[in-house]
Amino acid sequence: MADKVLMKGNEAIAEAAIKAGCMYYFGYPITPQTEVAAYMAKRMPKIGGTFLQAESEIAAINMCIGVASTGKRVMTSSSSPGISLKAEGISYMAGCDLPALIVNVQRGGPGLGGIQPSQSDYYQATRGGGHGDYHLFVVAPASVQEMVSLTAHAFNVAEKYRVPAMLLADGTLGQMMEPVVIDEVEIEEHDKSWALTGTKCEREHNVINSLSMLPEELEQWNIDRYERYAKMEKEEPMWEEYMMEDADICVVAFGIASRVSRNAIKAAREKGVKVGMIRPITLWPFPKEVLLASTDKVKAYVTVELNMGQMAEDVELATHCRRPILKANRAGGCIPSPEQVLAQIEAANELGGEQ
Amino acid sequence: MGEIVFQKPKSLTDNQFHYCPGCTHGIIHRLVAEAIDELGIEGRTIGVASVGCSVFTYNYFTCDMVQAAHGRAPAVATGVKRSDPNNIVFTYQGDGDLASIGTAETVHSAARNENITIIFVNNAIYGMTGGQMAPTSLPGQVTQTSPYGRDVNTVGYPVRICEMLSQLEGPSYLERVAVNNVKNVKAAKKAIKKAFQNQVENKGFSLVEVVSTCPTNWGMTPEKAMEWLEQNMLPYYPLGVYKDRYAEEEAK
Repeated sequence: MADKVLMKGNEAIAEAAIKAGCMYYFGYPITPQTEVAAYMAKRMPKIGGTFLQAESEIAAINMCIGVASTGKRVMTSSSSPGISLKAEGISYMAGCDLPALIVNVQRGGPGLGGIQPSQSDYYQATRGGGHGDYHLFVVAPASVQEMVSLTAHAFNVAEKYRVPAMLLADGTLGQMMEPVVIDEVEIEEHDKSWALTGTKCEREHNVINSLSMLPEELEQWNIDRYERYAKMEKEEPMWEEYMMEDADICVVAFGIASRVSRNAIKAAREKGVKVGMIRPITLWPFPKEVLLASTDKVKAYVTVELNMGQMAEDVELATHCRRPILKANRAGGCIPSPEQVLAQIEAANELGGEQ
Repeated sequence: MGEIVFQKPKSLTDNQFHYCPGCTHGIIHRLVAEAIDELGIEGRTIGVASVGCSVFTYNYFTCDMVQAAHGRAPAVATGVKRSDPNNIVFTYQGDGDLASIGTAETVHSAARNENITIIFVNNAIYGMTGGQMAPTSLPGQVTQTSPYGRDVNTVGYPVRICEMLSQLEGPSYLERVAVNNVKNVKAAKKAIKKAFQNQVENKGFSLVEVVSTCPTNWGMTPEKAMEWLEQNMLPYYPLGVYKDRYAEEEAK
């Protein structure tokens, strides 16, 4: 067991990626994630890895495509506006069935937005972000320790299903320091016979490509991909339940919003409100089943997000709109206060009580 | 049984080219394949296809291939090369891809002296999309999107890539060749082979610009297109070596 160390979230991601066997990193400076690049710049040359500051976010994601094509683990990181620039490359990765890890340490938007923490890229992350029918495997850590464990997990899942993965964090998690244990992680071995390693004149050439001029063929590629997505929806959802045993009211929050929610839940419990939380850890696939099952005992939901209410739509879908959903949101880099969340929990309790 | 005196290079597949009659991509593909064959690097070569008429090059070369987004081939090639420097990595790009949408990737891979080989086919027009104005279309050239001729007062002047890149400290080797006659094809072969040889010898970034024709979108017979190339393109895009760091160093 490794020692506990105090680390910034952004640096923890970088070290976790290296531990997970990622020896290639391409990035471009943007606040509030630049520490990932700075950490990689320091570490990679010492361990025989590659750090390269690309000329743009677009070039960085395409360099990742190059390494991913050869079957090796590769990562890039950015923050919201930079992820929009990477969207083209992410779509190509999905179309080429290439595994890689993309880290988004979100800041407020749209446009240049701000540099304060946000969760407003939820739609972009969970719906793909670029053009075409595709999904990413999206994980949302809520602590620096989870940034470590989910980084390793995302690499494994990406390779298992041959999909790009995204670690969706925010400026708070990226910047805050917490004690973490960076343990050895399991690096799963998956089939890489598709990789470009040079034919050695011993096999037919491998081709990594997302283009087909035959509509039926291109449709089939989409269908095949959606079969993998269906399997992921069955096998890969992750979530945490908190005080849900007797809960009438259920808070749904991911990432940093769940940390605020915990304080509000404790305060509400002291006031006698039976409230708990379901915290999605994977945002795609979304933990739909547990949410649907919860509608049997939950009277109302409160969604807490650092955006205008994007995940709330997935909660509506997952719960089949069976129960009312109240929102506690702040946007633009603001964070909901425990008091704001508590007020919505109490309002939900009254609403639910009337039913 | 007679002796075989001419055959298809090993590094080309048996697939039939999709290119138009008279298109010079066929010649350039062959030159690339011959260079790969002669250097004996087929088994460790990885090609990066681009977007444009050369989008399907992954069907024609027998080496491993990846198809890049429009303009991004040098960045993808950077990743492939950095992944395993023993691989010989080349891109094959047209003028819209390399000199317009992918200018940043071109300039910065050259500035880094990335140890890759770029084959840049300049035929002064967007072929695949049906004949629009390219960054390299000549002043006055009539295309679908410059129907009254390229007006330099409103859309500016064509880009000379070799001259532009030669101002950078980074790149090792830049040469402009043409494939309009046998003599020039032979010179083009020499340049392309050198661009691969450089990479084998870890000499860094090599780019060969091949001045080419597009009879279909120029609206000319293949023969007339060759004449037009010679009379119009070569004066604006002079052939020659624009940078050869190792030759310069040897000369010192």
